Amino acid sequence: MKDLKLEGSAKTPSVLFLAREGKLELKGRSIPENSIEFYKPLLDWLDVYRTDPQEQTIVDMKLEYFNTSSSKCILDLFKKLEDINRGNTQINVNWFFEEDDEDMEEAGEDYQAIINLPFTMIEVDEI
Amino acid sequence: MRAKLIIYFGRTNFKSNVCLLNIFLYLLSSVRNIVAAQINHMPLSSIYDFYSTVKEEKVILSFKSIVTADLLKSTLEIIEIKLKEIEPSKKIRKKVFHLLVECLQNLYHHTEKFDFKQQNLSAENSHSSILIVYKNETAYFIKTGNYIHNNKLEGLKNELLSLNNMNDSELRNYYIETLNDGKRNKQGTAGLGMIDLRRKSGNKLAFQFKPITEDISFFCLKVTIG
Repeated sequence: MKDLKLEGSAKTPSVLFLAREGKLELKGRSIPENSIEFYKPLLDWLDVYRTDPQEQTIVDMKLEYFNTSSSKCILDLFKKLEDINRGNTQINVNWFFEEDDEDMEEAGEDYQAIINLPFTMIEVDEI
Repeated sequence: MRAKLIIYFGRTNFKSNVCLLNIFLYLLSSVRNIVAAQINHMPLSSIYDFYSTVKEEKVILSFKSIVTADLLKSTLEIIEIKLKEIEPSKKIRKKVFHLLVECLQNLYHHTEKFDFKQQNLSAENSHSSILIVYKNETAYFIKTGNYIHNNKLEGLKNELLSLNNMNDSELRNYYIETLNDGKRNKQGTAGLGMIDLRRKSGNKLAFQFKPITEDISFFCLKVTIG
């Protein structure tokens, strides 16, 4: 299957979904007005990936911040990953947040409260 | 004093609004406090008063306009540059920026369209919103204003009163519950905006509804950060 690679913009994160490596990364800010439109290709890609996933899938969430409109789409993404995790791949989520950024740390904890996937919280100097 | 902070975009179309906004911000970028303005009806003598007011009030950015995707983009670019100049703490810069995104996107998604003639409003004003970002020694403030239908007033008022009465853990639970309730509209917004403003600002949301006609009111919101 094809990889999904999108450049980041002022309002959207860069996307790097590598099928053969089992590596998914979102990086940057996610503040589009219409987040459903932006996240649809990502969710569609996961629908294809679930048919033949790698044994291990690493999800790196390196978000600087996201708007509330993106937050539901990110939840949709995690719910899809949760479904895939029930099949034949082990999914691990790495949730990156910048030093002292309690808001983003809390955002990761909010998803952890809803989603049944292993989350690792990783504090970094800069995303 | 406050009335002087209202910025007039006059009878211009949207493209020229954005253009004017950028031009004015460019021209004024050397001064510490910045404001976008096309002043049509102000006497020349009042320009210095206007400048002084903006300066004294530490206005970082203000406009009255229809909030479009392009205006939103320009505004966020400008505020990011301004915050880098005036705010040394990255943590505070991020918080102000984040909350401003929510405020602007609230205006973008929820500014209502009215039957102007029926409401006795001019077309140019009825879709417009106002935004003012300013600071004092201890905090940043974002004020917004937009028209709403009175049939939405009670619901919004109750939501805001209820949010203001919640403590941190109640706010977190309410946010998670709303995030996970499965409801969506076309843009993906789903009632999280006000919760996020209240939760991330850490302060109560000040608000007021000013009656305009029998059917509509002007909704004023103040978010305090710090």
